[in-house]
Amino acid sequence: MARVRQRHQAVAFAVMVLFFVLAPFGVYPVFLMKALCFGLFACAFNLLIGYVGLLSFGHAAYLGSAGYVAAHAAKVWGWPPEAAIAAGVVTAAILGLLIGVIAIRRQGIYFAMTTLALAQMIFFFCVQAPFTHGEDGIQGVPRGRLFGLLDLNQTFTLYFVVLAIFLIGFLVIYRAIHSPFGQVLKAIRENQPRALSLGYKADQYKLIAFVLSTALVGLAGSTKALVFQLASLTDVHWTMSGEVVLMTLLGGLGTVFGPVVGAFIVIALENYLAQLGAWVTVVQGAIFVVCVLTFRRGVVGELARLLGKPL
Amino acid sequence: MIPLLGIPPQALFGQLLIGLINGSFYALLSLGLAVIFGLLNIINFTHGAQYMMGAFAAWFLLQYAGLGYWWALIVAPIVVGIVGIVLERTMLKRLYQLDHLYGLLLTFGLALIIQGLFRNQYGSSGLPYAIPSQLAGGQNLGFMFLPNYRAWVIGFSLAVCLGTWFVIERTRLGSYLRAATENPTLVQAFGINVPRMITLTYGFGVALAALAGVMAAPIYQVNPLMGSDLIVVVFAVVVIGGMGSIMGSIITGFGLGVIEGLTKVFYPEASNTVIFVIMALVLLVKPAGLFGRTQ
Repeated sequence: MARVRQRHQAVAFAVMVLFFVLAPFGVYPVFLMKALCFGLFACAFNLLIGYVGLLSFGHAAYLGSAGYVAAHAAKVWGWPPEAAIAAGVVTAAILGLLIGVIAIRRQGIYFAMTTLALAQMIFFFCVQAPFTHGEDGIQGVPRGRLFGLLDLNQTFTLYFVVLAIFLIGFLVIYRAIHSPFGQVLKAIRENQPRALSLGYKADQYKLIAFVLSTALVGLAGSTKALVFQLASLTDVHWTMSGEVVLMTLLGGLGTVFGPVVGAFIVIALENYLAQLGAWVTVVQGAIFVVCVLTFRRGVVGELARLLGKPL
Repeated sequence: MIPLLGIPPQALFGQLLIGLINGSFYALLSLGLAVIFGLLNIINFTHGAQYMMGAFAAWFLLQYAGLGYWWALIVAPIVVGIVGIVLERTMLKRLYQLDHLYGLLLTFGLALIIQGLFRNQYGSSGLPYAIPSQLAGGQNLGFMFLPNYRAWVIGFSLAVCLGTWFVIERTRLGSYLRAATENPTLVQAFGINVPRMITLTYGFGVALAALAGVMAAPIYQVNPLMGSDLIVVVFAVVVIGGMGSIMGSIITGFGLGVIEGLTKVFYPEASNTVIFVIMALVLLVKPAGLFGRTQ
């Protein structure tokens, strides 16, 4: 059983990699890099909602703070890109640890509200802190040379570096989900009292998953800051937290590839609808409503059902 | 007048008043959320949008029907409440068998649609709404100036909150409601129409939000986004109070409004975040909330 699952998921993975390797020759690379960053963001979010059953409604806080720290490190301190990204990841992980410790004390719906409120606190901090430059954000972030070798100002070099970062994050999540640790997470999702009675410390498992998720969100956020050479308040605001929920829901909650597909669709939609202004929110809201009412499995979830295999 | 801790009393009492005003809205909104959650097990993310719809309903009534503030106070909650009932009948009721999270996601989507539509039509700059002439002006209390309208908002919302508390905790109708919160199947077996009660409860909670919106219209102007950030603060209020108790929501709402107002006087930098900091502290000490029961 496990072998069968691994084989066709390996095929799906190969298709995804092939697509992303060939895509920049046909599609605008900056758009693809945006989709990759958000894809990693959504995958990390999905690790919590899909496999631990925790709906964090404050994931923008980690994306945005990591972006700010990475941008500040690269621009003001002149750090090389790998160090700037690492700084962003560490920031997001520490924030995730602090917020996780508090939020995990409540379950279900309260967990969602708590994470949202604490993320809003971080948003206000970013509005007021001097180093974020308020409404302007940190602009003109230098991309630098990765490990002193790869010049990230070359679009194609940058693209394949971003793709590598995405794949590393994706594989970390895949590994975590399919490890004994991931099995315990699923057990907690299905029935927390039973997992507790079997001797698993549910809160510790949840916290580890939460910090892992926020660290990977930090990876996405720092990379995004370097790609767009910008860190701004948009990434910290709670509407961004809603957006990642939308991507994951549309792609398929609790599927391995769903969040990537969902992120791709949502980013493409935003690109096409950008000139329509506030209609973007209306469309996003409508997708939410349709997904929740009739399409709860999401695109990949439905596909997996048709194939009869988990994806 | 003697400055208190280096703060002129006018500033202190002025902020205290603003705190009480905000507290009134927090209390009304968190009360509605608590009533809805109690029976439907759904966190109504649309609450902020419905508060905004209340304010817009008041503005529409004045603009197109010539009906003033006092009519709006009655008509707007009913109209927005009916819209809420339609949403409940057509969408929310399909979700009761599912995980609570889907209710949150659906109402979040609805909030996005409503706010987006209003923003398309009316921009985000805000439309003015005048204070009713009967409540213009104010009283000089010696230590501060108290505008009549603000005194009315505080008094009236307190009355509405206490009235709601009385109905739920002290009447027969309220006892049905509380019983259905505990065990809907059993209550239904006694011949009470629980689905209808759920629908009406949702309508009532939404109407409370709309009422708050009408009262807010003359103070904050009518703005499509007026509810979108407020709802996050109200969520924090709800987490702090715990949704188990009606009186708890009222006390927490007013109390946090006052604390926020005082923070503006003594440490303005933290005034945006103080409620969230309190939430974090409360969760560390008493995870179920100040008035909540542990499941």
